[in-house]
Amino acid sequence: MDLFIKDRVEFILKDRDGELVLIKKRVYLVGLIILALIIILLARIFFLAVIQNVHYTTLSKTNRQKILPIAPIRGLIYSSDGVILAENKPTYSLEVIPEKISDIDQLISKLREIIHIDEKDVERFKRLSNKNRRFERVPLRINLNENEVALFSVNRHLFSSVDVVEGLNRHYPLGRDFVHSVGYVSRIDESDLKNISKLGLDSNYSATNHIGKLGIEKSYELYLHGEVGFQKVEVNAAGRVIRVLERTDAKPGKSIYLTIDLSLQEVAIESLNNKKGAIVAMDPRSGEILTFVSSPSYDPNAFSNGIDNQLYQSLLSSKEKPLINRVIQGKYPPGSTIKPFLGLIALENGIKNVAEEVWCPGWFSLEGHEHRYRDWKKQGHGYTNLSKAIIQSCDVFFYKLAYGLGIDKIYKGLSRFGFGQTSGLDIDNERIGLLPSREWKRRSKSQAWFPGETVILGIGQGYFLITPIQLVKATSAIATNGLVVKPRLVLGINSPEEKGLTLLSDNIESQISLKNDFFWKQIIDSMKSVVHEVGGTAWRSGLNAKYNFAGKTGTAQVIGIDQEEEYKKEEIPEELQDHALFIAFAPVEAPEIAVAIIVENGGGGSKVAAPIARKMFDNYFMNRNLISKE
Amino acid sequence: MNEYLLGYRIHIDFILLFLIIILCSCGLVLLYSASGQNMNLVYSQMIKLSIALLCMILIAQVPPANLDRLSLSLYIFGIILLVLVIIFGDIGKGAQRWLDLKIVRFQPSELMKIAVPMIISSYLSSRFLPPKFLRILIACIIIATPVFLIAQQPDLGTALLVAVAGFSVIFIAGISWRFLLSIFILFALSVPILWHFMRDYQKQRVLTFFNPENDPLGAGYHIIQSKIAVGSGGLYGKGWLNGTQSHLEFLPERSTDFIFAVLCEEFGMLGVLVILSLYLLIILRGLYISYYAQDSFRQLLASGITLTFFVYIIVNMGMVTGQLPVVGVPLPLISYGGTSIVTLMAGFGILMSIHTHRRFLKR
Repeated sequence: MDLFIKDRVEFILKDRDGELVLIKKRVYLVGLIILALIIILLARIFFLAVIQNVHYTTLSKTNRQKILPIAPIRGLIYSSDGVILAENKPTYSLEVIPEKISDIDQLISKLREIIHIDEKDVERFKRLSNKNRRFERVPLRINLNENEVALFSVNRHLFSSVDVVEGLNRHYPLGRDFVHSVGYVSRIDESDLKNISKLGLDSNYSATNHIGKLGIEKSYELYLHGEVGFQKVEVNAAGRVIRVLERTDAKPGKSIYLTIDLSLQEVAIESLNNKKGAIVAMDPRSGEILTFVSSPSYDPNAFSNGIDNQLYQSLLSSKEKPLINRVIQGKYPPGSTIKPFLGLIALENGIKNVAEEVWCPGWFSLEGHEHRYRDWKKQGHGYTNLSKAIIQSCDVFFYKLAYGLGIDKIYKGLSRFGFGQTSGLDIDNERIGLLPSREWKRRSKSQAWFPGETVILGIGQGYFLITPIQLVKATSAIATNGLVVKPRLVLGINSPEEKGLTLLSDNIESQISLKNDFFWKQIIDSMKSVVHEVGGTAWRSGLNAKYNFAGKTGTAQVIGIDQEEEYKKEEIPEELQDHALFIAFAPVEAPEIAVAIIVENGGGGSKVAAPIARKMFDNYFMNRNLISKE
Repeated sequence: MNEYLLGYRIHIDFILLFLIIILCSCGLVLLYSASGQNMNLVYSQMIKLSIALLCMILIAQVPPANLDRLSLSLYIFGIILLVLVIIFGDIGKGAQRWLDLKIVRFQPSELMKIAVPMIISSYLSSRFLPPKFLRILIACIIIATPVFLIAQQPDLGTALLVAVAGFSVIFIAGISWRFLLSIFILFALSVPILWHFMRDYQKQRVLTFFNPENDPLGAGYHIIQSKIAVGSGGLYGKGWLNGTQSHLEFLPERSTDFIFAVLCEEFGMLGVLVILSLYLLIILRGLYISYYAQDSFRQLLASGITLTFFVYIIVNMGMVTGQLPVVGVPLPLISYGGTSIVTLMAGFGILMSIHTHRRFLKR
């Protein structure tokens, strides 16, 4: 109360004019302070906007401008006659960036309300998410149909993190028939990324999702891929593209024409009729592979967006081993198909029994040994010379021949034909088989070479393992009197900007020269008689042919038969039955095509393998009008 | 001065009104660009401006003496509302600021921007000036109570402005320099204690301010993007509707707190000079009104309101240019938003009332 009264007094006694002057001074002061602060502010803006303008302009540009890569269109793959084997099909897929999703299961259950997503899709998505590049889209559903695309578009606003992506998917119209040669592409994974980095191709692959994993798709990847394009775009803070500022188009990949002749390939596939085996045909002059069949096969289209685990496991564990490329990875004993080569080596080395006739009683024993090496013909061939030994496939003759040559000469001679080495075919993962030698046995088995092992080498048994591609390459070398040519699957490369095909050149490896060129004729004549002379092991296959061809049958044992046991086909389970082999080339006078045929567990080469060669030659020459159609 | 002049009869200061309308028009043009050519937002802002102008004209009719008498009840009313907000308030953007009055959502803290300078002016002008120590202390308590309540919401920006509004009145009332210095020292000493009581997000803002690059995608993002907008604008700007920072959404809060960055980016240093000149003219007009006011209450209130308006501007621009921490202070009359515009216009209404209710002495 006291305070209140005093205040009243104060209010009455106030010096009003004096106060006004005091406050006016302060207002004046405030005005000055305000001006000073505004000048400081302007100085700051001047500093940012004028002095540091270049710096901030750059920052502003990098903020909004992004360089986005454009994936090139992958080159196509054709057969030699221009039939498409690998193409790009437009597809729609539902894609998600895994790093941007917090609860994928919830997203999937929400998506399932409008679009069918099955467990396989989810499983694939999770698998791909784990090995994908970070912050790259991963497909959740592939091959959406138009209805599904429309349905999703309507509900697009509910799924901000999901996109329908229009893309090109690799498609193989003749998938199964060509997977072992053409191969397939699949999504780029971590190990591919490392390889790409190693080659310094990171930027070229910056927009690419798929890469060749097998076959031609893999080995000609650099031609097929093309060159990446770029567009400079303006993006907003959310990274969405607002407009394109500049654009450099991608250069599509080059197309590849294979050497494979489609109709010949189909004849081979049909003849093999899903049996396990391999058929390979080659032009002996150029090395062009005309037929490339490994059976059974599988569908490469399942791989392009990540094969589902169950299917992959079933392919992997299948007894028939469809994933193995039998032409370059199948290792088989050559059986009697090796005999013409041994004959040539013997002629070249001039060993005694080549010129002489040998008595064949149906078996052969090494001196001082009990063991009888049996001939396939129990009663024997009687007196046999080299020619007869090839025509009738006399085992005893070749036991003696091999024994006479010895392992070292055999090894050296067969090496010249390419056995025990990769053929140099232009796709990866080729096996070298096994051409045994003294040195090899010491190294791998720590044992000396036994003479008995040389004996069975004479009929292509024992340690000796060949691949079909080696066999056809060696056969071609006989056909061309010793010209060894590297086989190849690619005829030429077609770049979109240049017209016409750039043909790949032949790759001649070596010329086997013999002391006497007549040796070639001698062996070739014998092989011709195998098919064209009654009593030849494949004479039925040569009947009524409008051209001359030369061949050699082979029957490779899968299991050893005991001394006294009979080989009875009926009693042996299928997977242990003999492999049927046949090598041939035609026409004898000027060979254009050589084949190697192996039918696993097929039985005899003459019955099973030789007729296939005949069908193929007929087709080959009919298509080239060399024989009249009657 | 002529008592028959129209302005004095209808209690409107045409100079101030003219400047405000020019500034608001510039603001609408800028808002159209900042909102991404959203005409609806511009219409909405126009309606808010019209309502606010109406408030201004109505308040200008109230004689300053009545304002003096009203100040205590307004202050107490405001305090009650602030307490209610803390108890019942709606939560928006992580802070409890709004009181839902069914018809309009109301931010009581805005009311305090007017009520605090009013009560301080009234309280100090009723006694001898310059004020004595005890009265300054009481005035400080009067200011601190709403500031504390607003800071609890938490709304650091408004709390700061309310405090500035109150203390600027005390300063103009002629507080001695020695006293001011000791307050400053006291404040400096209390910084560590204040720091202790700050919320985490407030600490974060301060830390980020000192080193925005530490957290470029989180708390530092605002400052970095805003500086890029200001810096890339240059002398002449990128042109209206051509600002990449704002149109491509790099700039956050671009139609509200960060609209000044849009101005800098699109109109450059020159645009800034134009807008700043308009602001300066309004401030000078306010100070002029204060200078020539006829009693100490009017002087104190007019300069308090003008100073608060200035602090709005300097804090907002300082924040956008990276000189001050990010506190939620809009750019007055330009930023999009309702309540703050009404408060600002109410302030200008008071200025007009002070200037046009004059006692004319016949000579």
